[in-house]
Amino acid sequence: MRTSSEIETISKRATKAAGFPWGIAEEVGKNIKNLELLGVSGVENLNRYLELVKGVETYGPKEISSENKIEPNSFCPFYTGSALLDSANKVEEIKNLTLYSIDFPILLIPFINRLSDRIGKKIKLQIDERSFLLNLNKFISSDSDLKGLIIENARIVKIEVQENIDSFQNKVWDQLYELSSETFVEETDRLKENAAGAGLADND
Amino acid sequence: MPDINHRSPKEIMTLSRLGSFYQSKLSFLRSFIREFKDWEFNKDLFELDKNGYGTAVYSVKKDSRAYSLVCFANELNSTERSDRVIATKWDAAFVLHDGIPTKDDIDRLKENVPKQEVGRVSYKELALSRANKSVRVFEHTVDALASGRQPDENTVKDVGYLYRTTAVYGSGKFGLADRYRIKERSEICGPFRLEMMLVYLVRQFTFDQVNHMAKSRNPTKAVKLSDDIARNLGIGNSTGLGMAPFIVNHPTLLHNWIYSREDALKQIRSIQKVEIKDFDKFKECFEKSKLNINTWKTDSEYQTNKINILIKDLEVFEKNYLLDYEFNENFLWNNLYLWIEKELSEEGIEYIVSMLMEPYDNIINPLVENMSSEEDLYFDIPGERLVSNLINIIKNNYSNILDIDFDSPNEIANFWFISKNKEEPRVANRHEEEGSELEQPLAIARDVSKLFKRLKDYESSKTIAEFLMTNNDLRHAVRRCFIIEKFPYSEIQDNTIGSQLVPIDMLRLKLSFFGAQKFDPRSDKWLRINMYQGAPLINELKNTDDTWIYNRL
Repeated sequence: MRTSSEIETISKRATKAAGFPWGIAEEVGKNIKNLELLGVSGVENLNRYLELVKGVETYGPKEISSENKIEPNSFCPFYTGSALLDSANKVEEIKNLTLYSIDFPILLIPFINRLSDRIGKKIKLQIDERSFLLNLNKFISSDSDLKGLIIENARIVKIEVQENIDSFQNKVWDQLYELSSETFVEETDRLKENAAGAGLADND
Repeated sequence: MPDINHRSPKEIMTLSRLGSFYQSKLSFLRSFIREFKDWEFNKDLFELDKNGYGTAVYSVKKDSRAYSLVCFANELNSTERSDRVIATKWDAAFVLHDGIPTKDDIDRLKENVPKQEVGRVSYKELALSRANKSVRVFEHTVDALASGRQPDENTVKDVGYLYRTTAVYGSGKFGLADRYRIKERSEICGPFRLEMMLVYLVRQFTFDQVNHMAKSRNPTKAVKLSDDIARNLGIGNSTGLGMAPFIVNHPTLLHNWIYSREDALKQIRSIQKVEIKDFDKFKECFEKSKLNINTWKTDSEYQTNKINILIKDLEVFEKNYLLDYEFNENFLWNNLYLWIEKELSEEGIEYIVSMLMEPYDNIINPLVENMSSEEDLYFDIPGERLVSNLINIIKNNYSNILDIDFDSPNEIANFWFISKNKEEPRVANRHEEEGSELEQPLAIARDVSKLFKRLKDYESSKTIAEFLMTNNDLRHAVRRCFIIEKFPYSEIQDNTIGSQLVPIDMLRLKLSFFGAQKFDPRSDKWLRINMYQGAPLINELKNTDDTWIYNRL
């Protein structure tokens, strides 16, 4: 089995060798390591993508907006992912972004996962018909089987920043709170007088 | 209270200063001994033939935790023995196993460990190494012991070890466990602690091997190597350029090492009333340490000059300071430091800075715990920051290197690359050799200088995210600038590709933190060192004094 350290180092060097700058290669090395740790085919997607673009010019966005196109070309997942991650605040502000035509979008996932961690919010990622939920760089859930998943190009990628809202109703919370309060001790007058640190006259 | 601050990174992080560092109480092999002195060391297996070839296993245990060194000693034709990284066979190969190895583990390791880089180990292994005999000392020692006498002390002293390692690998290389698997273990919180354990156990193997061979040659007459001689034998190490990129590629780790040293110095200088026992400890270590300088042998003119400068510095210090100080003055250490800073060279200053730490376990031990780094936490670039912020960071933190003219061929004379045949770092002349288009990103000064020029032409109110969308070729330099903002000792404040570069300065920085001594440069690109010379033997560990490093033949 290849170690995480080996995966990061080889991915970084291969990305540089394919023509990307060192700073981008550093990002890719970390990302492929993370994808493999999450059980997603990072190495396989990277290898296929680098074969495609070695020595070829690739493109990222020149600015981040709600609608992003680079016709007639496709977006590079590395330049696009880096730009989105660098613009984390703007992505959070825009909330819903669409990218049209992006190569090997699986390679975009770790950038968006890190972006989710940066802004402290879950992000829903829609790659054509497949849906992914990225949770603060901790885990990925998807309606697709991620094992061995390779996508050469996506026509539409949608990024949707999820607001931090409760997944439960107030009624359920109240019920749970009631149960938790059974760890509390009922206060008698004597306890009120003797056990409170600040005392009763704390507005002196 | 005098105004006592950390020394400035601009002063400390130059190559000449870093290349003048010495071992100290912070060094990893000393902190390893302190951490493991209460552990139980055992020789679990020793199956060597009469020529010393075979397998041995040593274990280190405490409570439910165990680590084992598995050793494979092999026959090696003298024509095949080489310390160079291009070698493919060695006198012995070693691996540190997590736990106690089963027979199946040993069989598996036997197939792979002697092959080193072309073999494969598993997540159950933690460090990998190989070593060659010092033929002169090894054969002499076995012969002498087999004849019933101890080896000649001068012969042993000249070399200082029976074996020298030519590489020690860890953390994810060749299948070894990734650091994240084990980083929570408190006993290995210091950097390179497992590598230090491996080398310490290898040292014991070398003693057991010579004793075994002598006994096999002459069962009735052979004697065991005396403890006094063994104690003063370390493990040699040949170190090439591999270490140089490491300190550039791990900026937060480098900061934590240097900051620990600087913070120790600041805390010591801030002591108002120095206790007499502490001053005596300093003087005792200083006196003993001078003996080591006299046994420091090297053919290198570069190193000989440095040793001579050190000797002169220490004479000046003794004559002009130690004979004429006022013990009862407040802030004695600070006054001493200010004196050496004014009167001595970098060699002398850093030597005495190391010595000042000796009395202070209470200051040093907490610092050792902070010498590792969670590097990934500082990897992301804060794209929301402004170009004007980045310009200020560069002005504040890289002012030394902004003066370098990188349009001059001399200032870009060298380039760092990875060799294809051994995947090892190398440095070559850019104007004479091919391959500079595959340069490694180790010319930080040049790249930060380029970044600074480009930023000045960019709208200062724009964000870094906007800047990077069209300037990703400098992304690696941008990342480092935001790291140095938080970690001021993370960067070498010098030109790592200029014609004046002495790569072994970078090696010495790292090796001093390892605790290596007697730097012996064999060229400007590799050197030999000695580790654990004077260290307590396994049976002496429990009662050891941390100043063992100053014990010598």
